[in-house]
Amino acid sequence: MKILVCIKQVPDMESKFKVDSDGTWYEKSDLVWRMNEYDEYAVEQAVQLKEQVKDADLTVLCIGGDQVKETMKKALAMGCDRGVHIADDDSNSKEPYEKAGIIAEYARDKSFDLVFTGMQSQDKGSAQVGLLIAEFLDMPGVSTIVDFSYSDGVVSVKRELEGGMKACVTARTPLTVTCQLGLNTVRYPTLPNIMKAKRKELLSIPVEDLLKVESRQETARIYFPEKKGTGLILEGGVAELADKLIGILKEKTTVLT
Amino acid sequence: MKLLLVAEYRDGKLLACCNELMDFSDKMGAESVMCLVGSENDLPGYSGTLYLADAKIYGEYNPDGHKQFILDVVEKEQVDMVAFSHSSYGWDLAPRVAFALKAAQVSEIVEVVDEIPAVPLCNAKLRRDVLVKTKQSVVTIQAGAFGLPEDPVGTPVVEKVEGNGEGRVEFTGYEQAESGGLDLGKAQVIVSGGRGIGKPENVEMIANLAKALGGEYGASRPVVDSEWVEHNRQVGTTGQTVTPKLYVACGISGAIQHLAGMKKSEFIVAVNTDRDAPIAEAADVLVVADLKEFIPLFTEKIQAL
Repeated sequence: MKILVCIKQVPDMESKFKVDSDGTWYEKSDLVWRMNEYDEYAVEQAVQLKEQVKDADLTVLCIGGDQVKETMKKALAMGCDRGVHIADDDSNSKEPYEKAGIIAEYARDKSFDLVFTGMQSQDKGSAQVGLLIAEFLDMPGVSTIVDFSYSDGVVSVKRELEGGMKACVTARTPLTVTCQLGLNTVRYPTLPNIMKAKRKELLSIPVEDLLKVESRQETARIYFPEKKGTGLILEGGVAELADKLIGILKEKTTVLT
Repeated sequence: MKLLLVAEYRDGKLLACCNELMDFSDKMGAESVMCLVGSENDLPGYSGTLYLADAKIYGEYNPDGHKQFILDVVEKEQVDMVAFSHSSYGWDLAPRVAFALKAAQVSEIVEVVDEIPAVPLCNAKLRRDVLVKTKQSVVTIQAGAFGLPEDPVGTPVVEKVEGNGEGRVEFTGYEQAESGGLDLGKAQVIVSGGRGIGKPENVEMIANLAKALGGEYGASRPVVDSEWVEHNRQVGTTGQTVTPKLYVACGISGAIQHLAGMKKSEFIVAVNTDRDAPIAEAADVLVVADLKEFIPLFTEKIQAL
């Protein structure tokens, strides 16, 4: 079985963001980078599938500058067999259709049975790339999965819907699935596996070799939204804060009476 | 400009999001038609043409079949834009439709100014204006960003669409949410913990404050995904939508999905170390403090009242 898992490197969302000098992206310096959280679940599920079927080859793919290799090493340490780095210093200006096109161009002649992606990225959150890969490769795709099982060429998943309801879906491979948070319990790479990961294949391919489609949209500008809330901000020592808050709750709500 | 609004239907019922699509269409100053894979027994209050496919034949989750149905309507009506809700239904279908139409897709629109759609970036800390370069486009709109004050009461002109609804995946049924007998929707006070509570042991601190205030405790998604708190206590789009008299958000940054589930609470208090966290926008009071110091002391003082 051949499995592909696609990941993205994103900044920690708790970071203080700044708009860059072009005004079309966030300033990339002074940020802490990590694997997109949705993709961690995708990697974990792909590794679990490999462990289940034994005879499997698992490729992790990531688009970005050299710095994304750090994140790819984590995926390799979690259990991916090989890495494909699509070298692109300008990946943030690529739109979802281009990214899916790049990935599909790489995957087209590789006969992957299963493609895993996160259901969206934490920064752009377009929720498009995984499903577009499925369209490019003309295979079925199922999004937003919170449960996955595989047996003999048939995949059974549960899609997460609003309000906690789930839809149960089955499909045959080849198939693309996009992974929602909470799909599984993501493992921590062990030290021996981190060491082993350093010796795994990590191939770099220039993005120009794989980008065959044209963009259909671009970012005009990014900015901080106007603050609408004018809530009261309380600062100070905790005892003083507690007393103040009790005073406010007594005045504005009926819950303390 | 002409829009195709894609309404939603689940478990035998029309979903309320078609109201938001109608408001979006109004704000765009566009004419529109609507389509729905659903039932003629539950129709939207939409005054216009509604293309209707039977959910009994098409299935409620059948991307290939639903995609083809939508493409046929697009072809017939020559629309400029196809609008979905940014929901588990909409974000699943939109890319497939966009791909087939060779159209740009703009996801999770929060507003449109001078025909330029704006979408959130980095958990809504930033916003991004998007330039569409294709003639047709596909969009999904953020839940709650649009919406008419009341459900419209029009009657659609129904055009039934016959088709076989063939698809490559099989939908085998729904799994309902487990409530465990708890109904957060009935609680007068809810105290919720987010990622900022730091470790599972601190859930007790949140539960204690909820108890002292005579309410229930809840959680945001990361805490539930980490299995520190059961799913029946999750507040947000994929959990419960609540409107208590008092909502206390502890260590919750305020992802859109969480805000959608609690922003209509009567009074909202946020406890957070980051005064720029998006939760501050929804809160009536933001207490800037380390919750591990503040919550136990606040709880003691409440108990002493």
